[in-house]
Amino acid sequence: MAFARSERPRLPTAIKILVAGGFGAGKTTMVGAVSETRPLRTEEVLTDRGIGVDDLTSVEAKRTTTVAMDFGRITLGNDYVLYLFGTPGQERFWFVWDELAEGSLGAVILADTRRLADCFPSIDYFERRGTPFVVAVNCFEGAQKFDLDEVRLALQLNPSVPIIMCDARKRESSREVLITLVKHSARLRAEPVGS
Amino acid sequence: MSGPVGGPVGGPVSGADGPTDEHWVDPEIIRPYVVTRGRTQPAHGRFDLISMALAVGPPPGPDAGLDPEHLRILQLCREPKSVAEIAAYLDLPAGTIRVLLGDLFDRELVSAQEPQSEVDMHDMKMYRAVLDGLRSL
Repeated sequence: MAFARSERPRLPTAIKILVAGGFGAGKTTMVGAVSETRPLRTEEVLTDRGIGVDDLTSVEAKRTTTVAMDFGRITLGNDYVLYLFGTPGQERFWFVWDELAEGSLGAVILADTRRLADCFPSIDYFERRGTPFVVAVNCFEGAQKFDLDEVRLALQLNPSVPIIMCDARKRESSREVLITLVKHSARLRAEPVGS
Repeated sequence: MSGPVGGPVGGPVSGADGPTDEHWVDPEIIRPYVVTRGRTQPAHGRFDLISMALAVGPPPGPDAGLDPEHLRILQLCREPKSVAEIAAYLDLPAGTIRVLLGDLFDRELVSAQEPQSEVDMHDMKMYRAVLDGLRSL
């Protein structure tokens, strides 16, 4: 049965937020906790033919590589759809990060207090790129509670970067992290109202 | 630009076109090229990973010359879907989906919406809509 044209939903605009952090920090867990479906996986096949990618000149070894990304979707009313992308862990995939970071609203960097140093590459990357980000300290069950000021100091975070505790398995908690990021990004980038 | 089907893996390409059979090629790598008949770029436009697509117009008949993958995309896109979602549900690389979407776009069977761009990130209205949406989850 065909739909009448007017009954079709209209096209929303997509927005993306990146979820970064070291291996095992809970990226896919957070994506799954707050998304409306289980995390999905998409693959980019990158070859010297460059399927799906325009420029691979920065890749040292030109061969076929498959980069997998986990992501989730949150439909926000009729006008917007938010996509959360877990960034690929390996640093040799920086060029995929570039494609993901382009046009993103911002990034959540998940920190695991047992391996704080794992966040450094992500922090460096988003600072250099000027992408707004927040640091969310994932408190695993039984993990020692850390003083956020101590974590901020250890990560040498700029005082303006929000840092919060979270439980990446919980929807409420992950949602709070996203709200913190959206507010932070709005403060940095949105035009002041009435100006 | 269209590329040849397959191509050697981890070795130099001999000649400007035409695959060589000197190297073993993983079938998982070949499949995306077969689906697109060797094309690596969409005929028109460039679909971002989160460009949204929606099926429009009456469903095409069996004589429309579409492949099963095209039809599956049209079915999926009865509700707006991103390139990444279509790729995930069809279990094909995003680059392949871009090519297939280009075909459908050319035949006016899908409409597409580009994502919020870096320039639009100054739009306070967008931030409010996202915050309202997140709060009402």
